[in-house]
Amino acid sequence: MSQVMILGGRSDMALACAHAFAGAGHDIVLAARRSETLGPEKADIELRYGVTVGLRDFDALDVDGHEDFAAADPLPDIVICAVGRMGEQDADQDDVAASVAVMRSNYEGPAAILGAYATRMEARGTGTIVGISSVAGDRGRATNYIYGSAKAGFTAFLSGMRNRLTGTGVHVVTVKPGFVATQMTEHMDLPERLTAQPAEVGAAILKAVDKGQNVIYVRGVWRLIMGIIRSIPEAIFKKMSI
Amino acid sequence: MSADLSGWGRYPRIEGRRIPVRDEDGLRAAMADGPVIARGNGRSYGDAAAQVGGTLDMRRMNRMLDFDADTGVLTAEAGVILGDVIAAFLPRGWFPPVTPGTKLVTLGGMIAADVHGKNHRRDGTIGRHVLWVEVMGADGELRRASRSENSDLFAATIGGMGLTGVILRCALQLAPVQTGWIRQEMIPTPDLDAAMEVFERDAAQYAVAWFDCLAKGADLGRSLVILGDHAEPSDLPANRRPVPFDVPVRKARRVPLDAPGFALNKYTLRAFNALYYRVNAGKAGRSVVDWDSYFYPLDAVHEWNRIYGRRGFAQYQVVLPLEASRDGLRTLLDVIAAAEQGSFLAVLKRLGPEKGQFSFPMEGYTLALDFPVSPAALRLLDRLDAITLDHGGRYYLAKDSRVPAEVLHKADPRAGEFARARQAAGYAGVFASAQSERLKL
Ligand SMILES: Cc1cc2nc3c(=O)[nH]c(=O)nc-3n(C[C@H](O)[C@H](O)[C@H](O)COP(=O)(O)OP(=O)(O)OC[C@H]3O[C@@H](n4cnc5c(N)ncnc54)[C@H](O)[C@@H]3O)c2cc1C
Ligand SMILES: NC(=O)c1ccc[n+]([C@@H]2O[C@H](COP(=O)([O-])OP(=O)(O)OC[C@H]3O[C@@H](n4cnc5c(N)ncnc54)[C@H](OP(=O)(O)O)[C@@H]3O)[C@@H](O)[C@H]2O)c1
Repeated sequence: MSQVMILGGRSDMALACAHAFAGAGHDIVLAARRSETLGPEKADIELRYGVTVGLRDFDALDVDGHEDFAAADPLPDIVICAVGRMGEQDADQDDVAASVAVMRSNYEGPAAILGAYATRMEARGTGTIVGISSVAGDRGRATNYIYGSAKAGFTAFLSGMRNRLTGTGVHVVTVKPGFVATQMTEHMDLPERLTAQPAEVGAAILKAVDKGQNVIYVRGVWRLIMGIIRSIPEAIFKKMSI
Repeated sequence: MSADLSGWGRYPRIEGRRIPVRDEDGLRAAMADGPVIARGNGRSYGDAAAQVGGTLDMRRMNRMLDFDADTGVLTAEAGVILGDVIAAFLPRGWFPPVTPGTKLVTLGGMIAADVHGKNHRRDGTIGRHVLWVEVMGADGELRRASRSENSDLFAATIGGMGLTGVILRCALQLAPVQTGWIRQEMIPTPDLDAAMEVFERDAAQYAVAWFDCLAKGADLGRSLVILGDHAEPSDLPANRRPVPFDVPVRKARRVPLDAPGFALNKYTLRAFNALYYRVNAGKAGRSVVDWDSYFYPLDAVHEWNRIYGRRGFAQYQVVLPLEASRDGLRTLLDVIAAAEQGSFLAVLKRLGPEKGQFSFPMEGYTLALDFPVSPAALRLLDRLDAITLDHGGRYYLAKDSRVPAEVLHKADPRAGEFARARQAAGYAGVFASAQSERLKL
């Protein structure tokens, strides 16, 4: 039975992935800080789909522990990283420690752990790595550029890793979900048509892994929106508030 | 954050604060600022699951926690959707002991409304099969309530419409079945008397009648009575016997937009109803149908509530005591047929006796039909209220969106007792819905 390791396993998107992959018959490992609190999720997924769910403690910021974490047996067939931290742009931009925490949580930690898995999967010659990045990384904006810049770094890392691993049997998927109705965005008033439900993201990721897609936007309109946003000349863009 | 809190009938339209609940602490915090009400999947028709100041969205509390494969007892959080229970446990030979006509309801919503199915006479309401509930009370304490522990709270919460506290978890006894199929018998009956005669035979576990609410005179109450029993493997064709729980997957359709109001009028309805009757009368007799088509025909059409257009619709569901049923139903049907405002979905069921403290059923017949909302339709419903009162009938709060408080209290003296008990226990200031405010509960 193939095994899917989900990093940041408490998040709504991670759990939606767990349901989607368990529904397709995969065993699941949820890796999260304080993983012992995920007992109800474990019971739920096991009961619904008759698969095995493991729980592991994982802190993306504990980069010294990443090699050991990735070395643990068995090496999963699929690794999905949903770790992320939105932060609060207004407060964080005047607070170095807070900005660094956002940068590290969205870039350094996720990239480092996926890098550790990539090397092992490459040696084995099979595997899929999925990184949940963000459209916020497609262009820095005043309202969330600390988060966005870290996601931009993560997106570039995933793209480079995909390039490196092509032909090795290991595939890399970059997910740019657009708005998703999760705990992270619960307090925001998001436009309904642009906002995906976590289950949609789970289904889209399952499909992307099956089909070997490279970069997915969950709702198609986001590809269009970001295409437009990227094409605005900087002289105009810098004066806009979006 | 302002959200649409309207019910399934999309009448009345209600906007207000939606608070997603993820855990006990979040729930306690939400309860601190004024009256709140729990909301499941919003399949009650009116304003039962809406509170402008704070509506607790329970759908994120949706984990199944334990299942005992020997006894069939499922322990789950209140936001679990019934359809997910079927998906998980029917393949292992277990089915909900009681189910409403849609599987898109939460366990909490089912318990709070104490729902009944087509098997009420045999199997009672869902409450009969609930072993315990865990309820967050007005004081912020979480209590387990069952027939032996906090039994008053248990009795008041089943059928309590969320007004006694928030159900967080429950233990539900599932029923063993041998297949995912139903042995069905469809019996066309020319009028009300004939339909009631079939019901009185009590020949099957499940029984429901669809009736043509536009048929008048001698055709009054022209119905299709549909009986059902869980099939055994020997009822299935040989190729299905080794996989008795596999059923064909149904394709879901969606009603794309709000249907324009003119699409649905007495002419199209009359034509539809007459056609439906003739087509199905042609299919009369016995057959074996899959569980999904049998119990949940409407779930195949997503958002079918939109066919009634933007103004929404109201369902009128009452139960009349057995001795008054024939006369009462006839009088109601006469007025409805003459008004020519009824709709596709007119349903008749025979209910058995019911002990639930504030639950809807009583021994007799229940009638449920939808009306596209209009000033004329609302006036018609007021006239139906008078007939219901005359015949000692009572109302189903899960379907109600418009009954006046005086009418409810006259029809159901238990409502006053319930309201007084809520006051005395200190629930009233903490848990209130738009419906409980309207109905003075
Ligand atoms: C097509 C259709 C067919 C139906 N057929 C039937 C039928 O055959 N028999 C029948 O009995 N009903 C039937 N119903 C009604 C439906 O079963 C009930 O309204 C049920 O309560 C809906 O569940 P829900 O999760 O959507 O709850 P909601 O509509 O969201 O809430 C209903 C009530 O439950 C309360 N509630 C919800 N969750 C909780 C909780 N966790 N704790 C405390 N209170 C809570 C709410 O406050 C509210 O009072 C039908 C509805 C539809 C749309
Ligand atoms: N929601 C959106 O609209 C949206 C849009 C685009 C992209 N995304 C991205 O999608 C992913 C999932 O987000 P979400 O919306 O589901 O939000 P979320 O619930 O806030 O998920 C973020 C998860 O990251 C975990 N995490 C943060 N720092 C960690 C660390 N140091 N070590 C381990 N885990 C850590 C959190 O775990 P704890 O529970 O332990 O805190 C949390 O479970 C994130 O990468 C997010 O950036 C979200």
